[in-house]
Amino acid sequence: MSAPLLSIKDLSVTFESRYGVLRAVDRLSLTMKPGEILGLVGESGAGKSMTGSAIMGLIDPPGQISGGEIWLEGERVDTQPEIFRGPKISMIFQDPLTSLNPLRTIGDQIIETIRRHAKVTNGQATDRAKQVLTDVGIDPARLNDYPHVFSGGMRQRVVIALALVTEPRLIIADEPTTALDVSVQAQILDLLQALCRDRGASVLLITHDMGVIAETTDRVAVLYAGRLIEVGDTRAVLTDPQHPYTRGLVASTPSVDPSLNDEQLYQIPGAMPKLDALPSGCAFHPRCDSATSQCAMEQPQFFGERAACWLLDKKEQS
Amino acid sequence: MSFVRVESVSREFSLSPTWLSRVLPFVESKTLTAVDQVSFEIEKGTTYALVGESGSGKSTLANMVVGLLRPSTGNIYLDGQDLTDPALSLSEKRALRRRIQMVFQSPYASLNPRWRVGAILAEPLHAFSLCPGRAAKESRVAELLEQVGMAASDARKYPHEFSGGQRQRISIARALASEPEIIICDEPTSALDVSVQAQVLNLLKQLQRDQGLTYLFISHDLAVVSTISNRIGVLKHGQLVEQQAAADLFSSPKTDYAKMLLKAAPKVSFS
Amino acid sequence: MRRFLDSDFMYAFRRSPVAIVSFVLVMVLILSAIFAPWIAPTNPFDAGSLNLMNGFTAPLTPNMFTGESFFLGTDDQGRDLFSAILYGLRISLFVGAMAVLFAMTLGVILGLIAGYGGGWLDNFIMRLADIQMTFPSILIAMLIFGVARGILPPELRDEMAITVLILSIGLSEWVPFARTVRGSTLVEKEKEYVAAARLIGLSRWQIMLRHILPNVLSPVLVIATITLALAIIAEATLSFLGVGAPRTEPSLGTLIRVGQDFLFSGEWWILLFPALTLLALALSVNLLGDWLRDTLNPRLK
Repeated sequence: MSAPLLSIKDLSVTFESRYGVLRAVDRLSLTMKPGEILGLVGESGAGKSMTGSAIMGLIDPPGQISGGEIWLEGERVDTQPEIFRGPKISMIFQDPLTSLNPLRTIGDQIIETIRRHAKVTNGQATDRAKQVLTDVGIDPARLNDYPHVFSGGMRQRVVIALALVTEPRLIIADEPTTALDVSVQAQILDLLQALCRDRGASVLLITHDMGVIAETTDRVAVLYAGRLIEVGDTRAVLTDPQHPYTRGLVASTPSVDPSLNDEQLYQIPGAMPKLDALPSGCAFHPRCDSATSQCAMEQPQFFGERAACWLLDKKEQS
Repeated sequence: MSFVRVESVSREFSLSPTWLSRVLPFVESKTLTAVDQVSFEIEKGTTYALVGESGSGKSTLANMVVGLLRPSTGNIYLDGQDLTDPALSLSEKRALRRRIQMVFQSPYASLNPRWRVGAILAEPLHAFSLCPGRAAKESRVAELLEQVGMAASDARKYPHEFSGGQRQRISIARALASEPEIIICDEPTSALDVSVQAQVLNLLKQLQRDQGLTYLFISHDLAVVSTISNRIGVLKHGQLVEQQAAADLFSSPKTDYAKMLLKAAPKVSFS
Repeated sequence: MRRFLDSDFMYAFRRSPVAIVSFVLVMVLILSAIFAPWIAPTNPFDAGSLNLMNGFTAPLTPNMFTGESFFLGTDDQGRDLFSAILYGLRISLFVGAMAVLFAMTLGVILGLIAGYGGGWLDNFIMRLADIQMTFPSILIAMLIFGVARGILPPELRDEMAITVLILSIGLSEWVPFARTVRGSTLVEKEKEYVAAARLIGLSRWQIMLRHILPNVLSPVLVIATITLALAIIAEATLSFLGVGAPRTEPSLGTLIRVGQDFLFSGEWWILLFPALTLLALALSVNLLGDWLRDTLNPRLK
């Protein structure tokens, strides 16, 4: 097995508020191999974006990383200021408009990013910018266009080009296609997949969409209420989920093929708990139909490599 | 005869920014045709889904059916009565309005944050003079809340005290308050998490079974549509490019556009 | 009440020393204005109780003729300055509050109509606002005040002076209310709860007053507080210029005008204490307004 590209150990992100200390990410451990696409999936409030921001060093007060370590290629990065992570990690956000400066041409913005990270002449940077635009499927002649003349999908391509110019080792894509139409979504995901494969860059794909996970990622990590509850190869997790929450998530996702949908869709009762009112023990136990008294009392650890659930502990014993 | 009949309905929007450019003859006036000659019918007690990407005109069409927008041309009939007839009297309009209600996309913007849930649900009762008397209204509000799987005591709370899924239930309860026959659902689950989306879809289906409701279901998500609709119309740039029974559309789409949409939709199942 | 004390608003209030200090100061000033007749040692406008011998008594020094001592001294007519300030505060606050109430009502209604109605009415109201904004509001107030005095019969002039003052300051301050309310109305009217209200057939006025109004009020509260400070200063300015509150009902501004006559003859207290009171009032109301704005709408920071 190759050395991990990214390794997160016991990461906690907390927020101080008048209701006390809220734990948005709770002792999360994850590793990513070079070149892999890891999906981070969960519903709103699961802490998936917060995890991405923590890796990027973008947690602002009143939030803070209150525990754990983040290592990138054998270097500890959570203690470094954000600037050092810049060239090695890039981020793509949901709304391409907010990551592009509307007052400057896309060429300007790409060239500026190139020259900030490498000592090159203006001409070299322009050539490089044209090359990267071609890579993401945009006519390099549009270098002098402003962001607003592009459609949503094209804009997201520009953002991807911008993320790729520094040749990062890791790209964190936070819901990169949520604001786009399905037809465009498929193109963008294919593009992201192909470009990262070519360059050997890894992608941490943050999304709430199980379909996107299934079609794009190699491995998937499922978050619930700030905790990692299941992780594994995408196919294995989606076809044979071990945690009841993952099982519910997969079952409640409707299929495009009506013959695969039951008359009554599978539903998980209740809703994701708020951070200031987390249930004791396993945070999922009030919504879980196989919960036992133990689930309400003690928070489950990982049993084996797949999932954190007391039911798996019993399976191992028997 | 069909319960709802939409007959070659179009809607244009003026794109000229100011009043001045609209009246000056030498300024070129621009219009956008959001909905272009759309016709379809909905049988009573069934769900007709309109599917399309952003800019397809599906929300404009929904707003016209429910009466929030007037069609530029064309007619919409409910039970044989023309909704777009300018000669309708006020009381006729009111009677028609009571029969058509709507569930909106955003669970946050669709409930007035300053009103208690009880007041939100009682408002249509006041407006349509249903359930006269305070006690009758209160018990009707409690009944509505229970119909959507909530507690009668929730009437005393404010919208912000509920999760997105619960707010969407309240929104459904408000639509049910006037005992409508058709409910227009404009992307009712697109702002919700998957597990909650399933709850809301199941609730809508159950209400349809129990009360014989007719739905016009607007969505961009073919997977969601496949769970609930009997017939599906595919909109593209304001035109209805294809309409079929749901099962047929998924098994044998006729147009390239529908095929592309089906292919692009992300799938969880591994084949 | 318990809900209010436990709210995020009160939590933020308790953690802001500026807010607490300015709130306490404003409350002290308001309460002393309301209870002036009970707090003030004398009634400064009861001509019978005045003793000209007490004129120009310095603060806390016994008068050389009568031996009486006054907390903040007396003016030229032997009027107790402390009492005069309390009564002046009453007039200033009353005029300011009424003017803001008037400006607020007018501005909120016009803003709602412009925002919800749209079209030519919106254009008309907002262009009117634009034109008014090109003049300093004190100039507008003076203009309205002058016109009103010209129309009124002379015998009613003093009687109506306060009312005219309120109307003219109010008319000069409605624009910020209207603009803000129009802006928030444009946002609120696109929200789906308004569509839901239209679907059950509510009239425009019902939707504006029952649904939109409660949702656009929090910025109005902020503007009202800041405008209160402006209105108090506007009133003081008008009275200082001699076109505001009459000498029979002097406000802080009138007192300052009277006081400046004696500044260079050594009777500094006649000017200083009314001026300090006005400063304290305007400053604390302003600070409270700024804090409210930051708390109720963090985006405006």
